[in-house]
Amino acid sequence: MKKQGERILLSGGLLQLTINRLCQQLLEAHNDFEDSVLIGLQPRGTFLADKMYARLKELLPGNSIRYGTLDISFYRDDFRRREDPIEISETRLDFEIENRRVILIDDVLFTGRSVRSAMDALMDYGRPKDVEFLVLIDRRFSRQLPIQANYVGRTVDAVVSERVEVNLEGEGRVLLNSIEDES
Amino acid sequence: MNHNLSVDHLTGIKNLPETDIQLIFETADNFKEIINRPIKKVPSLRDITIANLFFENSTRTKLSFELAEKRLSADVVNFSASSSSVSKGESLTDTVNNILAMKIDMVVMRHPGPGAAVFLSKRVNSKIINAGDGAHEHPTQALLDTYSIREKFGDVAGKKIAIVGDILHSRVAVSDILCLQKCGAQVKLCGPKTLMPKFITSMGVEVETDFQKVLEWCDAVNMLRVQHERQDINYFPSLREYTMQYGLTKERLNKIDRPIVVMHPGPINRGVELASDVADSENAIILNQVENGVAVRMAVLYLLAQKTAR
Repeated sequence: MKKQGERILLSGGLLQLTINRLCQQLLEAHNDFEDSVLIGLQPRGTFLADKMYARLKELLPGNSIRYGTLDISFYRDDFRRREDPIEISETRLDFEIENRRVILIDDVLFTGRSVRSAMDALMDYGRPKDVEFLVLIDRRFSRQLPIQANYVGRTVDAVVSERVEVNLEGEGRVLLNSIEDES
Repeated sequence: MNHNLSVDHLTGIKNLPETDIQLIFETADNFKEIINRPIKKVPSLRDITIANLFFENSTRTKLSFELAEKRLSADVVNFSASSSSVSKGESLTDTVNNILAMKIDMVVMRHPGPGAAVFLSKRVNSKIINAGDGAHEHPTQALLDTYSIREKFGDVAGKKIAIVGDILHSRVAVSDILCLQKCGAQVKLCGPKTLMPKFITSMGVEVETDFQKVLEWCDAVNMLRVQHERQDINYFPSLREYTMQYGLTKERLNKIDRPIVVMHPGPINRGVELASDVADSENAIILNQVENGVAVRMAVLYLLAQKTAR
């Protein structure tokens, strides 16, 4: 018998507060975003990036913030090694990243392999001045590569079999699903 | 949407379902973005080795495949019949088995024998892509032609496409007809009766000998080359007469009140099937076809490589 348990990590007001706090942290480090660009990682990082972009526009009225999405399908290290075929998404970068300060945004930092691929993908578009990484949920102790995020919404200790589920639609909530063996 | 091809080899369009064609097109959209940026290369196929076996001459198809392979970071080995053991009497299976013993994952092959790609796919243990087998099929050309029409018009369904010229010796025509029909387009053929194969009407296409009538009907016209090198007898009295009846000129196009998209699989014989000013006109998408060829071939290679599980 399998029993499914779920724990709410973030929801409602707390989730909004966390996103808002991440935006404020970005403002502190990047001022008016003159040289900075936001890039959401496809597919799921873009939902968080959309929210943050909208909030940052409110916080910086009159400034235009550069915002794009990056698909990492062709840079993944599990091509031909995974069960399901890779689903390719759109890369939309209508600006140069050469010499700019790039903020990569994803929802969950787990093994670190996605953001490794993302950095490779990014470098094929130019040489940024620096690259930072922002995540909503950091699953520490699960890393398979020496990678850390610069900005973290919430840190979670979770075992590998548990799954973090981020849903940012409407009120939004972030769950930790665990599948336990009862027998 | 399924993100895996249903076929294991690309031997022809005939056994390629429409869903696979759409998947190839959607994947090609992504590669088109990649080949238009400063660094035109992705590392997807870096642990894959591809052999390009050309038992028949080819310049642009080979170049296009090689470029596609290199832009996917695959390792590439080339083989052409003129410089090989084929002339020493080795059979196709033996040649290919020898190459596969060198641990090759995918084979791109052009061969004068119809069905050579299917033959091979049943005998060797790697992915086969047909780059033309006799006058039978040339699937990647059909895919890039259809992709170019999709790009130009937004959709292929309901479009009227004319294929004009030497249908008898053309592998492009057969694959084009199959691919366009699967995507919902209507196809009409035009050319001298001597260059129309008898079976062709069984494919559900109309044959018309009056070029001007066909032009009035179609949205896009694909002008095929007269393949002199394959013609063992005279199929028409003279080249000049052929050009007068089936050459696409500005005068012919000016008689029609709307623009017609002009396509050509190359190489063009300027002044024969296509007048120079038409080939260089705004409505010609011949060079777009070449560019799309690389993107479409990258998509085919990528999607087939995905099926070579480790």
